[in-house]
Amino acid sequence: MAAPQFEVPKLTGNIEIPAVKADASAHIKSFPANAGIQEIIGFPGGAEPGELVDGWHDKAIAKMGDLLGRYRSLQVFMDACVHCGACTDKCHYFIGTGDPKNMPVARQELMRSVYRRHFTFAGKYFPSLVGAKDLTKEVVEDWYKYYYQCSECRRCSVFCPYGIDTAEVTMAGREILDTIGYGQKYTNEIMGKLHKIGNNLGLPGPALQDTLEGLEEDMLDATGVAVKLPLDVEGAEVLLVTPSADFFAEPHVESLMGYGKVFHASGTSWTLSSKASEAGNFGMFIGSYENTRRAAMRIREAALELGVKRIVVGECGHAWRVAYSFWNTLVGVGAGGADPFSIELQKQLDPRYPAPQHICEFTNDLIKQGKLKFDKSLNDHRVVTFHDSCNVARGSRMGDIPGGQFIIPREVIKAVVNNYHDMAEETIGESTFCCGGGGGLLTDDLLELRVKGALPRMEALNNVVEEHKVNFLALICAICKAQFNKVVPFYGFDMSMVGGVHQLVSTAILLEKEEE
Amino acid sequence: MGFEINGKTYETDEEGYLVNLAEWDEEAAKYLAIEEKVDMTESHWEVVNFLREYYNDYQIAPAVRVLTKAIGKKLGPEKGNSKYLYELFPYGPAKQACKIAGLPKPTGCI
Repeated sequence: MAAPQFEVPKLTGNIEIPAVKADASAHIKSFPANAGIQEIIGFPGGAEPGELVDGWHDKAIAKMGDLLGRYRSLQVFMDACVHCGACTDKCHYFIGTGDPKNMPVARQELMRSVYRRHFTFAGKYFPSLVGAKDLTKEVVEDWYKYYYQCSECRRCSVFCPYGIDTAEVTMAGREILDTIGYGQKYTNEIMGKLHKIGNNLGLPGPALQDTLEGLEEDMLDATGVAVKLPLDVEGAEVLLVTPSADFFAEPHVESLMGYGKVFHASGTSWTLSSKASEAGNFGMFIGSYENTRRAAMRIREAALELGVKRIVVGECGHAWRVAYSFWNTLVGVGAGGADPFSIELQKQLDPRYPAPQHICEFTNDLIKQGKLKFDKSLNDHRVVTFHDSCNVARGSRMGDIPGGQFIIPREVIKAVVNNYHDMAEETIGESTFCCGGGGGLLTDDLLELRVKGALPRMEALNNVVEEHKVNFLALICAICKAQFNKVVPFYGFDMSMVGGVHQLVSTAILLEKEEE
Repeated sequence: MGFEINGKTYETDEEGYLVNLAEWDEEAAKYLAIEEKVDMTESHWEVVNFLREYYNDYQIAPAVRVLTKAIGKKLGPEKGNSKYLYELFPYGPAKQACKIAGLPKPTGCI
């Protein structure tokens, strides 16, 4: 791995709208998936990675027609845009690269121009008058490049007067590409590991068991208290589903130990599951309902097999979107379903608690009930800020009040630290900037894009670092953690400033020693 | 894609990781280390050998923490931390050391 051959943007103190530079990121392209990877997740593949299948043109148009029929939203998004330009400067990848195709409206136009050609009267008969385009190999190539330069963070949709959601257009673009053999290696390989082994990392049960035992040892050494990380315990009250990175990577494991300490201190019986050892669900990233459902079914099955009463989701952004927004119809977790499939799980789950529940909400409830004790001063070496993860901020909610997804994690943080400062308002909450690595872009072959896409967040971070001496960036997403860990050094920050909300909880929580 | 040493060919993927784990040998490791601009010392071999042993047992590379702990036990507590591992493998111990050890690249949200 050679040192990166690109210019890292300079921090200026402001998030500046760049001058347009045509094709500035046209050279950035992630590795396509080979046929073997495609096959595992139910898509075709050509002889070489990225080679289109026979009859690709008609198959792509047919798939587009299928998606337009399946998703009314996509049809509306194709028709409704008036090219007002409100979205143009809202994308972190446009801000970081200056490539005009990274303006959300232009990214959508890649599909919309083909849509007009094949699905509108004017486009069929007078294509040049309405900017309708044939789907050529060059257009397919642009789709692949620029639909994998979108992290599906939905910031642009907040500013769109019509509420057009670029993420859905990107997902549709990726699904059409997958259908004609042009999948992305990173996302699709991981999807396959999840189906085969149970998690994105491909961590088999025995390795998981060994890793958890090692962490239990570490906690015993550090605290003198036997905090457990139970696996596959039938009859536990809570099933915790968390991203597999929490078992494996730094700083992710610090939060895992934090969850363990919260369960321990509150006396909650809980378990992890080797079958549902992944909260993440990359099926959403590629717009594949079938893959999203297949991945989510593991969680339903684990919940039924273990007989748990509650399902809590760990620090993972897009997992929470899938869980909060889609699990109810996908797998019957969440209220509302009156069909036998939903009822089977509903009658097992405890209706007094939200299903699913976010770990921050779980911890915050215990804090409010006075069931957890903290010594905030143990975090006094830290000055903390919080980065709202895009999928939590704009794809879900938390708790029972509007905006709970912004309030609850901050309440947890403020309960365990003395020094907290928000970043600038236009960069947090609903307007939060993506970390730059979401939506299936957290791969080394996209490092340049990831570094440049992190620019607006780095500007906002740098401002609180300079003004308030912030030295800890608190996160609730495995992708955000891995992304920032990798890219903050490019901007002159130390990677040790990146960590989880439950890492802060873990530092400050007071555990009672068992009586001898 | 691949490379050849003394008449033996090694197949690699787009990112230079060995496709077939069984093909790995010390010669391949030395070649991959040069590609990674890593100067293999005794300490580097300790890590690489541990990775391979762990992979044999568990079919996956160890978590960073498992690795640091094992290194700490073997080489002394002052070396049982990720800072030491980053000194050995500056582009990330998990990914760079795995490549030299002939293991698949760990992927996911890491």
